[in-house]
Amino acid sequence: MIWAAVLAASLGCFLLKLLGWSVPASWLERERLQRAAVLLPVPLLAGLVVVQAFAGDRELVVDARAAGLGVGVVLVLLRAPFLLVVVAAAATAALLRAAG
Amino acid sequence: MGIGIAVGAYGLSFGAAAITAGLSTVQACALSLLLFTGASQFALVGVLGAGGSAVAAVAGALLLGTRNTLYAVRLSSLVPVRGPRRVVAAQLTIDESTAIATAAPDGLAATGFWVTGISVYVLWNLATLLGALGAARLGDPGVLGLDAAVPAAFLALLAPQVRDRQRLAVAVAGALVALLAVPLTPAGVPVLLAGLAVVPLLVRR
Repeated sequence: MIWAAVLAASLGCFLLKLLGWSVPASWLERERLQRAAVLLPVPLLAGLVVVQAFAGDRELVVDARAAGLGVGVVLVLLRAPFLLVVVAAAATAALLRAAG
Repeated sequence: MGIGIAVGAYGLSFGAAAITAGLSTVQACALSLLLFTGASQFALVGVLGAGGSAVAAVAGALLLGTRNTLYAVRLSSLVPVRGPRRVVAAQLTIDESTAIATAAPDGLAATGFWVTGISVYVLWNLATLLGALGAARLGDPGVLGLDAAVPAAFLALLAPQVRDRQRLAVAVAGALVALLAVPLTPAGVPVLLAGLAVVPLLVRR
């Protein structure tokens, strides 16, 4: 199951890249298409943030992950580098769990 | 140099996230070798780790991968490639190589693209391997808070994209749609529904 997903996503994403190299450049002039492709990652990533932070088994839960995300938000607003944001979020959740 | 450190850190996180999601080290490395587009890779393992179906995981990865098509259209006018090299160029079409190639002075776009693409490819794969091996040694990911690292990684990816109010609104709408969908739909689907937040912007001119 995992292998099927790995290979299907790899092939699909490669074909998406190859498609761009193979079509005429006039495609870029299709304004709506361009706007969709540029904007689409924004809501998808936002959705991934909240799902990974708050989703349980078909329910919303607030646990140590939420605290980690809170620390991450503060650090992102302070323009901290990627690694610091990720490590601080993990450390926050780990400390909360260790504290019980 | 700055890109190198960022890619290394991001690759380590991806390797660790893949193991946390239940993938093997070989599967994590296969993703970095074959899929080679960070946000799609994170999305795929995120959905699988949350118990989502393979179809939902692949769909999320593909939607995030559509921006590479746009990058490639732009690159094809800057970087002359013919024949089989187009396959290699396609695989190296990612955020970083596109950014460097489009920002490079006239005449250096192709060099910038190839050097950046190849360096990031090598570094990304090494970092994935190290991250996966490290996380595989650690045992329970919850103890180290690795599960909390994944949403933070998505947040750090999202932040530079939210450059104006319109994008902020789209991000907030996407997050709300996903939260509402969590109790109602199978894992993986809420993220796909979040993508619908761009639709009103496309309809209104």
